[in-house]
Amino acid sequence: MASKSLKNLTAPLSGNNPVIVQILGICSALAVTVQLKPAIVMGLSVMVVTAFANLVMSILRKGVPSRIRIIVQLVVIASLVILVDQVLKAFVYDVSKQLSVYVGLIITNCIVMGRVEAFALQNKPWDSFLDGIGNGAGYGLILVIVAFFRELLGSGSLFGFPIFEKLGLYELGYANCGLMLFPPMALIIIGCIIWVHRSINKDLQEK
Amino acid sequence: METLNLFIRSIFIDNMVFAFFFGMCSYIAVSKSVKTALGLGLAVTFVQTMTVPLNYLLNEYVLAPNALVEGVDLSFLSFIVFIAVIAAFVQLVEMIVEKFSPSLYNQLGIFLPLIAVNCAIMGGSLFMQQMVGAGEIRNVGESVVYGLGSGIGWWLAIVMMAAIRERLAYSHIPAALKGPGIAFIITGLMGIAFMIFSGIQL
Repeated sequence: MASKSLKNLTAPLSGNNPVIVQILGICSALAVTVQLKPAIVMGLSVMVVTAFANLVMSILRKGVPSRIRIIVQLVVIASLVILVDQVLKAFVYDVSKQLSVYVGLIITNCIVMGRVEAFALQNKPWDSFLDGIGNGAGYGLILVIVAFFRELLGSGSLFGFPIFEKLGLYELGYANCGLMLFPPMALIIIGCIIWVHRSINKDLQEK
Repeated sequence: METLNLFIRSIFIDNMVFAFFFGMCSYIAVSKSVKTALGLGLAVTFVQTMTVPLNYLLNEYVLAPNALVEGVDLSFLSFIVFIAVIAAFVQLVEMIVEKFSPSLYNQLGIFLPLIAVNCAIMGGSLFMQQMVGAGEIRNVGESVVYGLGSGIGWWLAIVMMAAIRERLAYSHIPAALKGPGIAFIITGLMGIAFMIFSGIQL
């Protein structure tokens, strides 16, 4: 793989991460991070939608007049999301119930639209596809980090496996932090991730 | 009474931003000055109040099982129908604002078309669909109330955030936390404050 394609794939993982650097797609993300399993399913769904939306729009980019491109993009994205939604309902029904409206909200997830607008309309299909995979993965990575802390500290388990109970922490007087399960904590964890990330990458800091 | 309850609930308890994180992208990006925040909040509230009832009618008379043709369930099409209604409506609002208030149009700039992909709007319609299923919204009137309430809730959140961020300009924040980092943490703290409303019933 050429180094440029590789860069398209890896840049969104940290230096150009869609969630914590571009501040996109937070909307539909945080509510699914109470547990790890739905977070991973959501990350994968977004990755599939972003990659294929980028691919399709990149192939169509010369044929679509710029005046009507937004509506064309929405139709392409919405069709992909319907496909993902039906697949989730068919194969992982319980997770699909947990994700509820947030699957539908992938349509309005700014990462998908943002990457199509900023990348796929100017680049070749293969590069755009890789860019989509990379951004979806960067998004999934943040979801998994947030979900890891929320599930571990909030319910004392990982993937539903009661890790703290097995370690016998409750007998030592440890109690789960119930606040972790409430929506505001997801925002605070994201804030802290940004803090750590920008302390390491000083060039991202605002003046 | 039920209607008033729904209104209060959609503004404070089920607040779009603090309870569901809807519309976070424009919420973080546009909350730098109170004036633009007011303008965007107004536009979102307006679009929300109009699209939720529109989508309610479509949901009741076209998409629901057995609504259009006996034995046909079109509900899998709801995503694409809702987003089409929203996109068309936002386009309309954009043209009207450009014609009648060019100054507001210039101020809102890119964010006006972005309302189409504001999750708060799409989320409002999807929640409306869920609440119809749960029997909490039973007629067009209540869907208008829900649209208005959730729009106002979002408006309230972004204006409060903008006011805090204007004051924040004078405080000393660690360099790495400046900008989005501190904005997220503040939103989280505001969300904790809003949790006191949970359980309020009229």
